[in-house]
Amino acid sequence: MDTAAPRPKENQGAPLPRIDARLKVTGQAHYPADLPTANIAYGALATSSIARGKVTKLHLDDARAVPGLLDIVTYGDMDKVDKPKFGNSGATSIGPLHDRTIFHDGQIIALAVAETFEAAEEAAQLIRAEYEDDKPTASFDSPGTKTVPAAGKSPLFKEDVKAGDFDAAYAAAAVKIDQRYSTPTQHHNPIELFSTTAFWEGDQLVVHEASQNVTGWKVELARQLKIDPGKVRIVSPFIGGAFGSKGPMTPRTAIVAVAAKRLGRPVRCVTSRMQAFGIQTYRAETRHRIRIGAGKDGRITAFAHEGWEVTSRPDLYVVGGTSATGRMYDYGSVLTHVSLVQADRNTPGYMRSPPETPYVYALENAMDEMAVTLGMDPVEFRRINEPKTEPIGKKPFSSRSLIQCYDQAAEAFGWAKRDSKVGAMHDGDWLIGMGCATAIYPTAVAPCAARVRLTADGEVRVQCGSHEIGTGVRTVAAQMASERLGVGIDKISVEMGDSSLPPAPVSGGSISTASVCSAVLKACDAIRTKLYAAATAEGGPLAGSHNEEFDLADGKIVAKGGASAKVEDVLKTMQVGAIEEYVEFAPKGATPEALNKLYAGTPEFHGADQDEDSVKYAFGAEFVEVRINRYTREIRVPRIVGAFAAGRIMNTRTARSQLMGGMIWGIGQALHEATEVDRRYARYVNRDLQDYLVPVNADIKDLQVILVPEVDHAVNPAGVKGLGELGNVGTAAAVASAVYHATGKRIRDLPIRIEHLLS
Amino acid sequence: MRPFIYEQPTDISAAVAIASRFTTKDDQPTRANAQFIGGGTNLADYMKLGVAEPGRLLDLNRLEDPGLRQIRVTDDGIRFGALVRMGEASDHAEVKRRYPVIADSLRLAASGQIRNMASLAGNILQRTRCEYFRETSWHCNKRVPGSGCAAMEGFNRQHAVLGGSDACIATYHGDFAQALIALDAVLHAEGSRGARKIPFAKLHRQPGDTPHIETDLAADEIVSAIEVPAIEWARRSLYLKIRDRESYAFALASAAVALDLDGDNVREARIALGGVATVPWRARAAEEALQGKKLDETSAGVAADAAFAEAQPRQHNAFKIELGKRTLVRALLEARDMEV
Repeated sequence: MDTAAPRPKENQGAPLPRIDARLKVTGQAHYPADLPTANIAYGALATSSIARGKVTKLHLDDARAVPGLLDIVTYGDMDKVDKPKFGNSGATSIGPLHDRTIFHDGQIIALAVAETFEAAEEAAQLIRAEYEDDKPTASFDSPGTKTVPAAGKSPLFKEDVKAGDFDAAYAAAAVKIDQRYSTPTQHHNPIELFSTTAFWEGDQLVVHEASQNVTGWKVELARQLKIDPGKVRIVSPFIGGAFGSKGPMTPRTAIVAVAAKRLGRPVRCVTSRMQAFGIQTYRAETRHRIRIGAGKDGRITAFAHEGWEVTSRPDLYVVGGTSATGRMYDYGSVLTHVSLVQADRNTPGYMRSPPETPYVYALENAMDEMAVTLGMDPVEFRRINEPKTEPIGKKPFSSRSLIQCYDQAAEAFGWAKRDSKVGAMHDGDWLIGMGCATAIYPTAVAPCAARVRLTADGEVRVQCGSHEIGTGVRTVAAQMASERLGVGIDKISVEMGDSSLPPAPVSGGSISTASVCSAVLKACDAIRTKLYAAATAEGGPLAGSHNEEFDLADGKIVAKGGASAKVEDVLKTMQVGAIEEYVEFAPKGATPEALNKLYAGTPEFHGADQDEDSVKYAFGAEFVEVRINRYTREIRVPRIVGAFAAGRIMNTRTARSQLMGGMIWGIGQALHEATEVDRRYARYVNRDLQDYLVPVNADIKDLQVILVPEVDHAVNPAGVKGLGELGNVGTAAAVASAVYHATGKRIRDLPIRIEHLLS
Repeated sequence: MRPFIYEQPTDISAAVAIASRFTTKDDQPTRANAQFIGGGTNLADYMKLGVAEPGRLLDLNRLEDPGLRQIRVTDDGIRFGALVRMGEASDHAEVKRRYPVIADSLRLAASGQIRNMASLAGNILQRTRCEYFRETSWHCNKRVPGSGCAAMEGFNRQHAVLGGSDACIATYHGDFAQALIALDAVLHAEGSRGARKIPFAKLHRQPGDTPHIETDLAADEIVSAIEVPAIEWARRSLYLKIRDRESYAFALASAAVALDLDGDNVREARIALGGVATVPWRARAAEEALQGKKLDETSAGVAADAAFAEAQPRQHNAFKIELGKRTLVRALLEARDMEV
């Protein structure tokens, strides 16, 4: 076994290579901007250069003079189309061409369509706008912000969680800290650029666009275009990086669909890297105040977490990570409050572990500070405060292996060799620091439909409208079918990423593996039941067998007693060539409308903090070593170890890959990533990968992922806790902890940069 | 991108002739209607962004003179043909042995792919990556003379603290140029007014009131070679580049140093600074401060103070003064301790 394919431990599946790996590395996987290829017209966006005001005049003559220009879609051309809605399927309520008001930098003002990509780009660059501009509000501390409480503003953030009497407990605490932390604006920057290709076949609209939510988009796009959702198809078979950026649909999709209708031919719009900063969502800037009170023994008695988050004027997007931070440890008393700060910015949105990344960063940095204040080892401090039940609703955790994660990661990292004294460790001119932090991610699951077909020759086809965003969901769905139907992985094909397939929930919230595998499991079991019933029926090859225990292996039904029958023969007795099952999986606790909502593109999430019986989370512990040059203070991360427990691991290779990617991203969040905002104009400054830094290969040296075995039957039938977003939670706090250990400097504002360590 | 005519001349005189026909004496090379392209790693990018808009592009990669692609080591020094790729020069055994500072400066620049494409002459003529210059919706005196500078009071973390003016504080981001200016390199150029030699230190112009005038070159002049004089003690030289990540990032501060030592005493020091100035920056005051002195942390610190005595910080880049000084101190001490 090599590092990339860890040997499975208990309750962990084989490290099968991705079933679509070959297609991807040989260029045969078709991404949404690759197809179709015939008769394409090309679209390019023109966007605003102000953040607040009105477009008073558009000069289109120069653009119209570009040879090959076909059309310009702009104000007035979208009047027969409904405005977008903000929500799970819609990134913003701003209809950029519905009204001349500018709400943010980089807002769409026109779409130029031409015979070639180059002509479209040239024309878009030649569109000049005149503005009546107004002084914009950039962010926190800018004049003109409006602050509102977050609770109740989003279905995902109903309340500010609390428990006990924080004020009294904090006042009485022997040891306390009261600190503020912040995280910057970040953009997803997936390598695949954002694109939309739309064409009409009669009254049927087909859209090729990278999407994490084909069903939701189908319904929302049909609503905007005022047509039947059955007339809209969204196609997104492969996605070149999503991270939440392709979860909600943006206003561009309807604009390109309208352009395709006007021209009567396919229109493809691939947006530029720079434009993506304004036309897509992003991770909101956040600020935090954390107060922790504890006894001298290290037992926490009081915890308060206040958060402030930037959002747009029209839409109240809530980050809101206090549900997780408020349940992390055995606090005694908890007080939380989240506020939204509205500014002249585009609407933020989901970005890998949206609530947890900033909120847990603040919590874990504070936990490290508190450990230092108490003079305790930070691992020991967390061990002391390990809860039996979560502090808010006093519910048990369905499973919680945090301490096992700490123990295994600490062992692998060599934590015991750390000299706890600040600045005590060095190697020549390099100061060495070591730190750690907790990772947590809520375990949710949603309704999901799937169709599975088994044919007499042993071929299996799995169809599910989920999305391969790089997680390996196609592969794990195939593994589930392989296991339940007893056929080799090479006999299984999996179709995903198309709204004409059985609907799956949005691929967000790390629910896909749990939801899809639960649906595939249910479909396979329905096939098994039919096969066994036919095999044991009168005249069947296993007639008379009443033992309900059997298995499917190598194309055969094998009863517990040893008798077996070929699936092929059973199908013959059934007089069918294939068995196909269409199933709908609904998680425990689903409402009667749950499945209708799945088809409507608004799936219910269950689990996490929503269930009556228990709360459900996956956990991890990350340990980081940093090296900081004595003179020049650049910060490097030679080593990182993460141990994670997430119920059943379907595939140790894809699981490790997800966690590794998350940890690397976490290092980037700690040291590199930030979208810089020019505060005078509320405009983004570093709008490309030259200036928006993410880690490169040279930044990542020794990285180890440990998959800690865990069994949890309560989370969902597949026993799976999502882990796609677990790896980048806590990482930045572990880096901050290590930087403190090396230098004695506590950096509370991300990213941590050279200039913070020079004085 | 604006449509353009693309030509591939096969000798320098033909290239010069075409350029002369489509430019005037007063045209700046970066603003002329006809422009030369080498590896294209900078110009093609700026054409796509609408920052550079030549109507005619003269690709120099078909020039037949083999000298343009050669690295020649002689008793007088080393001569780099203008079309030598960055990667070829950084991997050249004699370059690495005789001038570690040159090899380092190239190796630590850009990415492997870019180093394989980018020519040496193109590298030294690369334009600033100032965010406000790169994106055409901002005011920029360098891109549109007289339009103002959005960086001055904007997000200017990467901007220069040395050599700026009220009109422009855009950083010169190149690395190779710091090695060349430290080693007193000389350029060979050919244009319609004949061939000439240009001391490297005279090539780039500080922004002053005319930040759109970036170099001393005429619009129809082609750099054909870069000559570095033989400096026996340049084996004790290095390039130290400090940046936010380990690779593929511009310097926040860098130092090119070469030392002629007598024991621990400095006979002569050559110092250039990158990431902190508007042009390749020779730190002569720092060199003078070290001359005849014992090189240690204290004297290196005095030299670093001298190097940044004139520095002008802005809101977000003040740290570059301290970082630049520390970078220079570290570079000097590491060069002192080199085994040569």
